[in-house]
Amino acid sequence: MSVAAGLATAAWRRYRAGRQRRTSPVLIASAAVIVLATFVAVAGPLLAPYNPDLPDLSQYFVGPTPDHLLGFDAQGRDVLSRLLVGARTSMLGPLAVTLMCMTLGSLLAVTAAWRGGIIDAFISSGLDILFAFPGILLAVLAAAVFGAGLLAPVLALSVAYTPYVARVLRGAALRERAQPYIAALEVQGASSVAICLRHLIPNMLHLIVAQATTLFGYAMVDLAAISFLGLGVQPPSADWGVMVSENQQGIIQGFPIPALAAGVCIVFVVIAFNLLGERLYERGEARR
Amino acid sequence: MPEPVLEVEGLRKEFGPRLAVDDVGFTIPQGGSLAIVGESGSGKTTVAKMIVGLERPTGGTIRACGRDRSTPARSTRERRRRGREVQIVFQDPYTSLDPRQTMEEAIDEVLRMHQGWQPKRRMERVRELSDMVGLDARQARALPRSLSGGQRQRVAIARALAAEPRVLILDESVAALDVSIQAQVLNLLADIRDETAISFVVISHDLAVVRQLTEQIVVMWRGRLVERGQTADVLDHPQADYTKLLRASVPKPGWKPQRRPAVATG
Amino acid sequence: MNRAEPAAGAPLLELEGVTVRLPVEGSMQAVLQDVSFAIRPGEALGLVGESGSGKSMTARAIDRLLPPGAAVTGRVRFGGRDVMTLSGADLKRFRGEVAMIFQDPRAHTNPVRRIGDFMTEALRTNARVPMDEAARRAVDLLASVGIEDGDRRLRQYPHELSGGLLQRVMIATALLTRPRLLLADEPTTALDVTTQAEVLAILDNLRSELSLAMLFITHNLELAAAICDRTVVMYAGQVVEVRESNRLHDQPLHPYTAALAAARPSIDATAHRLTAIPGRPLSAFEAPAEACAFTARCPYAADVCRERRPALVELDGGLTRCARARELFGRLEVELHA
Repeated sequence: MSVAAGLATAAWRRYRAGRQRRTSPVLIASAAVIVLATFVAVAGPLLAPYNPDLPDLSQYFVGPTPDHLLGFDAQGRDVLSRLLVGARTSMLGPLAVTLMCMTLGSLLAVTAAWRGGIIDAFISSGLDILFAFPGILLAVLAAAVFGAGLLAPVLALSVAYTPYVARVLRGAALRERAQPYIAALEVQGASSVAICLRHLIPNMLHLIVAQATTLFGYAMVDLAAISFLGLGVQPPSADWGVMVSENQQGIIQGFPIPALAAGVCIVFVVIAFNLLGERLYERGEARR
Repeated sequence: MPEPVLEVEGLRKEFGPRLAVDDVGFTIPQGGSLAIVGESGSGKTTVAKMIVGLERPTGGTIRACGRDRSTPARSTRERRRRGREVQIVFQDPYTSLDPRQTMEEAIDEVLRMHQGWQPKRRMERVRELSDMVGLDARQARALPRSLSGGQRQRVAIARALAAEPRVLILDESVAALDVSIQAQVLNLLADIRDETAISFVVISHDLAVVRQLTEQIVVMWRGRLVERGQTADVLDHPQADYTKLLRASVPKPGWKPQRRPAVATG
Repeated sequence: MNRAEPAAGAPLLELEGVTVRLPVEGSMQAVLQDVSFAIRPGEALGLVGESGSGKSMTARAIDRLLPPGAAVTGRVRFGGRDVMTLSGADLKRFRGEVAMIFQDPRAHTNPVRRIGDFMTEALRTNARVPMDEAARRAVDLLASVGIEDGDRRLRQYPHELSGGLLQRVMIATALLTRPRLLLADEPTTALDVTTQAEVLAILDNLRSELSLAMLFITHNLELAAAICDRTVVMYAGQVVEVRESNRLHDQPLHPYTAALAAARPSIDATAHRLTAIPGRPLSAFEAPAEACAFTARCPYAADVCRERRPALVELDGGLTRCARARELFGRLEVELHA
């Protein structure tokens, strides 16, 4: 007997579906921001009007001009060019973290949920231990040990975020595993690997994608913070986090644009990813 | 006496300290059908799960088509062979299908697993099966969410039949359906029996449904069998106290609901 | 309590041409279509239908629990007063006089709150009854639904109780505000048959003790016929038949009612095949505007059925929405059960 039989009349279902089907402007705006950021990350160097690394100290914190729309930074470099070129490392870092976390997290989650028992207990307690380490601290530690750059913080953040991802996905995998259609496949004699790859994971995909987009935002903020601390991407490379750090004295001196422009880019992309993640998840749930 | 397709003997299941199934046994001859009735917690669904291998018995034996299946299958081949012996249709049509798979895809997957057929042959079989359960080509290509409960249950039945099992377990399979749809599915099941000589095990709390589908019946109460016999006999002349109570609790015109008298162990 | 007393013989609850429209895929579509019936004080009225028939929506319309955006026309009167215009204290009092119980008691309790807390909430917050007085009343009512150790139960959490026990707690809770009408939406569907019999027996006793009226919503025609004085049969958001329950099976007025009864297997006899109704139940918004909603599935459908939607007409002491009712009277039960 269906639990929700009282409400699950056909009329009610359609009524609800009708409310959820509208394409929201928020979703479109988020997707637009992400597409734009991705395009710039790929084509940035081609779009940049000036050499982003060429300093001209005579142009120290010169405000916007018609030729230089966002003006110059602390070393007299064109801010717009640096933003466009810096998009690549700023996006690549979080992307790497996200890919690694999602792969590792899904694998651990599905294994734990499917096998249960000792294996689940082992994976779950391992993840609990990792939980104890704050991501940014781990990344600072990794940078200190392995040297500054993009690689060490990316690896450290991947390790630090995997427990969060794995925990959420394990819950979802457990719920999915308890569905009768999975039992039906087991009774048919399908192998565990086939069931997980062809049924269990595809049915969690909306959650995985939602997690990934949210994680991308977090990773971007953290990596920017690490760059800001001087432990991530090294100057003079163009990177949004580095740009905020390099130009912070400009904020006090009345030239906020260089630092702010980079900060605004980060905030926009992070918000766009978060909103997209949330909407994608809601849609995925509604479609079931 | 025809060869039994399913033999269950001394079946027992413990969940921690709780004894869910205790010394349950029955046999089903080829083409025969058996009802297991009882209330929630009586252990009837646990028995079904043990027969299809979703739960491991604590004790006792289960044999289907003469082969033991009381321990987990060791190989993929063995697992698939068991899949061709016994299949199951669950209660809830809304969760027993993969929401991302159409009926065609679901049945094709099963056929690929069990038969070494070419795609064309498989498609023919998909069409045969959808005809058999009364779904048209458009419905066979639709995702579960655009099908009604009754249509989904037909898909689940077709999927179970795709493996050409000797025994089909119906675990409350019509309980969630509307009355008018329930009658259609019950008629469909009767037709399938006439056409395929398949055996049914009907797990149900609905005595009218049980009477419609089965010849033999066992009544479970708190993990044990309290009565067994011909379905019509047991329903017309129940012997065990519990069966009598069950029988008296079925509403019908002129029925007066009764407070539950204490039930002595049957 | 200040109650609006209806004149003697007047109905307690009266629905008159209630139509409910909901926004479905951008346009307003009817989920209830011209629903009219009445419940007399102390009467048990069954409301039977398949999914999409609008039976639960009817209960929601009565208790003003419709989803946002719903447009209602027609009238619902309780004790002579128009329910649709109630507000403030009047609405609160109305909600106290009309209690509701549901199919899944667990979904309607908060798992982290104790039974006692849950039971007495309405009394304490709405009627400002002191805690110990409310608890005492709760224990008394638990006893009347056959739960003797009420003190202990009040300290327990919902998960510690079985489904049948929890449903009895829900009944006791519903009765705490001393209602005059109980809206019971499939209250025994999730229960085992023997538990169902017990819960129904308790309801039956309480109803006659408290002269409580009840609207019993169910998909089970046999059940409604067995425990209700009269039964309303709904199809596609419309009332298609209203009949004395004891005559529903022997002499149904509408082909749908007869077909529904014939479609159920019998516990007393084995039939090789059942008389199934072809097709599937329609939702209200799928029902044709200018024809009988049951036409497509009806073995008796004729041209007259496709010309316009038939009105609810009186026949043999009941009501039926069938254009051929008079002609078919007495034939349905014989022919469909053959």
